[in-house]
Amino acid sequence: MTDSAKLHQPHPPPKGERSHAGDFSYVGIDAILEQMRRKAMKQGFELNIMVVGQSGLGKSTLMNTLFKSKVSRKSAQPNPEEKIPQTIEIKSISHDIEEKGVRMKLAVIDTPGFGDQINNENCWQPIMKFINDQYEAYLQEEINIDRKKRIPDSRVHCCIYFIPPTGHCLRPLDVEFMRRLSKVVNIVPVIAKADTLTLEERDDFKQTIREELRANGIDVYPQKEFDEDAEDRLINDKIREMIPFAVVGSDQEYQVNGKKLLGRKTKWGTIEVENIAHCEFAYLRDLLIRTHMQNIKDITGSIHYEMYRVRRLNESNAGPGLAPGQAPTLVPAHTNGQTKVNGGPPNGMAAQCEVLTHEM
Amino acid sequence: MSHAEGLEGSSEADRNSSMMANSLTVTLLNIQVICDSSLVFNTGSGGEMQQKNLEGYVGFANLPNQVYRKSVKRGFEFTLMVVGESGLGKSTLINSLFLTDLYSPEYPGPSHRIKKTVKVEQSKVLVKEGGVQLLLTIVDTPGFGDAVDNSDCWQPVIDHIDNKFEDYLNSESRVNRRLMPDNRVHCCLYFIAPSGHGLKPLDIEFMKRLHEKVNIIPLIAKADTMTPEEGQQFKKQIMREIQEHKIRIYEFPETDDEEEIKLVKKIKERLPLAVVGSNTIIEVNGKRVRGREYPWGVAEVENGEHCDFTILRNMLIRTHMQDLKDVTNNVHYENYRSRKLAAVTYNGADNNRNKGQLTKSPLAQMEEERREHVSKMKKMEMEMEQVFEMKVKEKIQKLKDSEAELQRRHEQMKRNLEAQHRELEEKKRQHEDEKAQWETQQRQLEQQKLEASRTLEKNKKKKIF
Repeated sequence: MTDSAKLHQPHPPPKGERSHAGDFSYVGIDAILEQMRRKAMKQGFELNIMVVGQSGLGKSTLMNTLFKSKVSRKSAQPNPEEKIPQTIEIKSISHDIEEKGVRMKLAVIDTPGFGDQINNENCWQPIMKFINDQYEAYLQEEINIDRKKRIPDSRVHCCIYFIPPTGHCLRPLDVEFMRRLSKVVNIVPVIAKADTLTLEERDDFKQTIREELRANGIDVYPQKEFDEDAEDRLINDKIREMIPFAVVGSDQEYQVNGKKLLGRKTKWGTIEVENIAHCEFAYLRDLLIRTHMQNIKDITGSIHYEMYRVRRLNESNAGPGLAPGQAPTLVPAHTNGQTKVNGGPPNGMAAQCEVLTHEM
Repeated sequence: MSHAEGLEGSSEADRNSSMMANSLTVTLLNIQVICDSSLVFNTGSGGEMQQKNLEGYVGFANLPNQVYRKSVKRGFEFTLMVVGESGLGKSTLINSLFLTDLYSPEYPGPSHRIKKTVKVEQSKVLVKEGGVQLLLTIVDTPGFGDAVDNSDCWQPVIDHIDNKFEDYLNSESRVNRRLMPDNRVHCCLYFIAPSGHGLKPLDIEFMKRLHEKVNIIPLIAKADTMTPEEGQQFKKQIMREIQEHKIRIYEFPETDDEEEIKLVKKIKERLPLAVVGSNTIIEVNGKRVRGREYPWGVAEVENGEHCDFTILRNMLIRTHMQDLKDVTNNVHYENYRSRKLAAVTYNGADNNRNKGQLTKSPLAQMEEERREHVSKMKKMEMEMEQVFEMKVKEKIQKLKDSEAELQRRHEQMKRNLEAQHRELEEKKRQHEDEKAQWETQQRQLEQQKLEASRTLEKNKKKKIF
């Protein structure tokens, strides 16, 4: 026994931690990163992306290309003859994908029928209603008395808006839609089917779009006002110079120079999707997935959602003759038959709830 | 040249005319002349056509030359309408088709002219080639399909086409018809956005309303968006939808010529034509071609494998321009005309207020004119009568006045006369009185004289003594 104890070698220091021996100033706070990583891997991530644009702009193809798997609505229900629906429908397809042990629950929300009719007035309304409904559902869960540990997040984190490659300017429909929706959700505009435009045309078009967005006061992601520090601003400025991204989507592979690449093959050449010289798909993918995904989710959660929440609460509190702390429209479910007063959301109203219960 | 060969077997006497014909054939382009001259007789009532062979050369094989010469002198007209959303490359395609800069860079592009309503704009260009003049009119529809609400965006287009038909109808019904400009829209190129799925509701609505008024040729714009497979599928889908909605696009005429049948079949297979437009010249493998340059290659405009531009150009300009005009004249214009006449005979009433409705027709117009004329005459008659009566009254009045005047003067003169008469009477009396006085005086004097003489005598007598 004692031999084994003597022979017992000290455990090798865990990854990321320096050896205790000879280092008295090390506390181990940075170990939290490792803990968070493990937790995140266990939990998995959620991402909800909405794609909006006229039919035939390559939305489903781009989604498939982004996530390198058939995640679009078309793949879920293969329909060779596409009939343009008479009214705008909102279809959400969820997938669980995994890469290197990291699980992600991806939801692609499609909007077939947008901008396809002859009269497109108020075609943005169903979409705004959907987004607000998701916020509402989250809010309801949040103010629940007995709420789940992890609220399922169905809020739309990012909305990719497809601009048709006319080469001239934004259409009135585009301007209207983006103006209204940039206030409730992060919008990432992209130029669809960018292989229609030559490089000069592409630059001109982008310039025109940027000017129009500025002229109309439309703030697309990454928003200038949410830059946290100088470093962020630098990175985001570079991105802002490039939006809208000119993308080409493809889910077919071709042989180019001995390599298998995703691309589109025409009689005069093959367009490589991941080649930066050909199109800007790589930038979009990096933005959405590799570098700014968490940032997008944060902005959705902390800014857009909070705005909605404030508005909602003000609405319900604006009714006359209501005692403070009573929000008749935000009634959480009474799961245990508790006689607590209808609780308002915990943060600001918790104190008042306490007071009332004491009175009772 | 086959013409010349056929003539060699003709009689010697017509050498001159054959030489003249030869010189003309040199300048001919693609006019084929019937070598074996034959006459076709129409026998009697409803009989069949007989073909008889002629013994010699008559010379009416020259007719096409005459027609040709006259047409060249007169020049040709062609009106082409382009319809489609902005940004589909319509202006570029027109420039490429006619190798001109109809839409010059100074012409404000769609980015600068964001129209709120659909307008219809015409631009005319006179193109000359090989001695042949072509007055080309391009009708553009900026703003089509661009707004948020596109209901009735086809109405200005329909109005324009109807106006042109109506102008032609009116000029046809005129008495003096020497100058009859043909401004009717001969062909409409409809640009379909290359979505890859099918026709949009707007496309279907537009084509349904216009396929009876004008020759529609649907084109797939910006065809370099699609790979060949996508292109095929898209074309099939579009043709299926067109048939489903019973839209009648321009159909190529049936011919007996073998070559032409093959050509037409090739075109029909590739409908709707997928076009790419460009006027920039790029070097490809040492050759200079028109095309669009991408980082991954050059899409050539005139390459039949890349797009259907050459087919469109050949069809539109080189082979079927005349047929388009004929179909417009014989089918669409006649439809319009018969619809108008039918509308008039049904309505009958005088409802020629709304120019957009088909209620005016030449016959009715003449009737109306006649009626108008008659009523105008009647009105004039009445007016004249009135004037006449007025004048008569005036005259009567005047006459009465003058009569009164005369009366007055008459009276006055009478009075004057009477006054004078009285005066004269007065004078006469005076004169009489004076006379009487004088006479008495005279008598007195005489008496005195007598007395005097008597006394004298007495005295004398006395004296004597």
